[in-house]
Amino acid sequence: MTTQTPGLHAVPAADPAAQAEQDRAGQEHFDRIIAEDSRVEPRDWMPEAYRKTLVRQVSQHAHSEIIGMQPEGNWISRAPSLKRKAILMAKVQDEAGHGLYLYSAAETLGTPRHVLNQQLLDGRAKYSSIFNYPARTWADMGAIGWLVDGAAIANQVPLCRASYGPYGRAMVRICKEESFHQRQGWEILYELSHGTPAQKQMAQDAVNRFYGPSLQMFGPPDEDSPNSKQSMAWNIKRFSNDELRQRFVDMIVEQAEALDLTLPDPDLKWNEDRGHYDYGPLDWDEFKAVVSGKGPCSVQRMQRRRQAHEDGAWVREAAAAYARKTAAERASAELIGA
Amino acid sequence: MSFASHDSATKQSAGNAITAEDIREGGSKAPEDVARYALYLGDDALMLAQRLGWWIARAPELEEDIALANIALDLLGHARFFLTYAGSAWGKTEDDLAYFRDEEEFRSCRLVEQENGDFGQTIARQLIFSFYQYELYRRLVRSSDPTLAAIAEKALKEVEYHQDHASQWILRLGLGTEESKRRVQDGLHYMWPYVDELFHDDELIESLGDVAVLPSSLRADFDRRIAEILDEAGLDVPDVAGAYGGDRSGEFSEQRGHILAEMQVLARQHPGATW
Repeated sequence: MTTQTPGLHAVPAADPAAQAEQDRAGQEHFDRIIAEDSRVEPRDWMPEAYRKTLVRQVSQHAHSEIIGMQPEGNWISRAPSLKRKAILMAKVQDEAGHGLYLYSAAETLGTPRHVLNQQLLDGRAKYSSIFNYPARTWADMGAIGWLVDGAAIANQVPLCRASYGPYGRAMVRICKEESFHQRQGWEILYELSHGTPAQKQMAQDAVNRFYGPSLQMFGPPDEDSPNSKQSMAWNIKRFSNDELRQRFVDMIVEQAEALDLTLPDPDLKWNEDRGHYDYGPLDWDEFKAVVSGKGPCSVQRMQRRRQAHEDGAWVREAAAAYARKTAAERASAELIGA
Repeated sequence: MSFASHDSATKQSAGNAITAEDIREGGSKAPEDVARYALYLGDDALMLAQRLGWWIARAPELEEDIALANIALDLLGHARFFLTYAGSAWGKTEDDLAYFRDEEEFRSCRLVEQENGDFGQTIARQLIFSFYQYELYRRLVRSSDPTLAAIAEKALKEVEYHQDHASQWILRLGLGTEESKRRVQDGLHYMWPYVDELFHDDELIESLGDVAVLPSSLRADFDRRIAEILDEAGLDVPDVAGAYGGDRSGEFSEQRGHILAEMQVLARQHPGATW
């Protein structure tokens, strides 16, 4: 529960002394919320660095949903059955919805959606690098659902308890839909691995390609992740990158067995002492290259987003002009009515 | 977490709405002439769903990605109902009909096959088609064929929303800026040659009596309502003659083959496979 303290809203005070006093009281209030593990709400005072961190994280997540629509959207027209086509369309539509909730959550921190969108288009904002890989075959729809959405869930379930209220609440809804997405991905792979030899090969090939990149979705190893410590102190992040990655590996090993597919890691084996699966080293050079815009489809993904934005400019202008005209007409009608 | 193969995430029933599975499991076998009519309706919905699906991740606003995806999903649902029912006449599934018929075996009208063009052109096609479908389905709910009537009843509620979506955009684009007015008017001109054939009665439909709806009987209401909305939007009803060859045969369409080439490619690489 958030303690409501009057007068702590982030409204600038009239003079510097009053401002300093407000900041001091605000910081005290914020520290108490974090210590109590309760929630910060949009009108609460919060440190600028906390606000900035959240805007960056929430908007990156939103951008990932938006760019993530492309690799799967790529298969809507070719889905091999009408039922699969419908499910895939609904899934990509959900991703647009997740983008919307997340942009709204970021807006409560004071940065409007169009500014965040511009950061994405200018290449100043990042998104999850996994979406810079190509979705070459239908089985990739399965692997993306099972591994990529699965990794996203492992990452996001703890975020439902993030200290910033609007973010945590958006994550609750998103996680529910993501688990449905993961299930449909698993089901695609199950059908393929129990289908013809060519279908099974397609499934195995997709898992081989997405396994490593999906493990990298948790971010660099803990010793190379300088921002994680502060995020954990603020109760935004609850577990370290490596903890989450381990949790994910432990989960997918058994699921892969149920799928009758293998994971492409010769070092993968149960470690009795640790009570976890050991896994082999990941290619962090590849990760750094893909994150820094050198992914196989990085240029194409950004080009497509910019193109859609530019092509839609005249439509947005028309909608805005129409809204202004109808508002003016309504206002004058009300005047006449009065 | 573990999933069982029988624990389906893909049954798409909301409440007690009918589903393609219900139609298949219900076991009502369509008479062959009714099935041929159901292909007209199903193929129209399928082709338009395929066209609109292109917009997902390309729309002018995120809200529009969602709206166009929603309309495409509704249409795909209608297609699945009609094709499942049609297939019952020949022992075929919806997927047999969608993926393994050749170009000349489809019965879609040319309007739904037209390229998306810009957003104005897509909205022009949405306006025409949703207004036509509304007039059609609100009569088809009284079909003497209970399955067609049930499908129409479900589809009608969704088409009312499609009409509303198209109308709102026609007003915004028609009354928005000079550019939007020009673009949407161009879109209407581009699509208008394919309006006439929507209202073309043919022998099959005439022979079906009160199972089907005579397309010509929809025209007056369609014309009146289209004229009203275009007038409100400050746009002209195009004065363009209907294009020759509107018989749903595919003989006079270049677009259909491209749509099918893309839609069917994977399914045809793996004949007999399940997905």
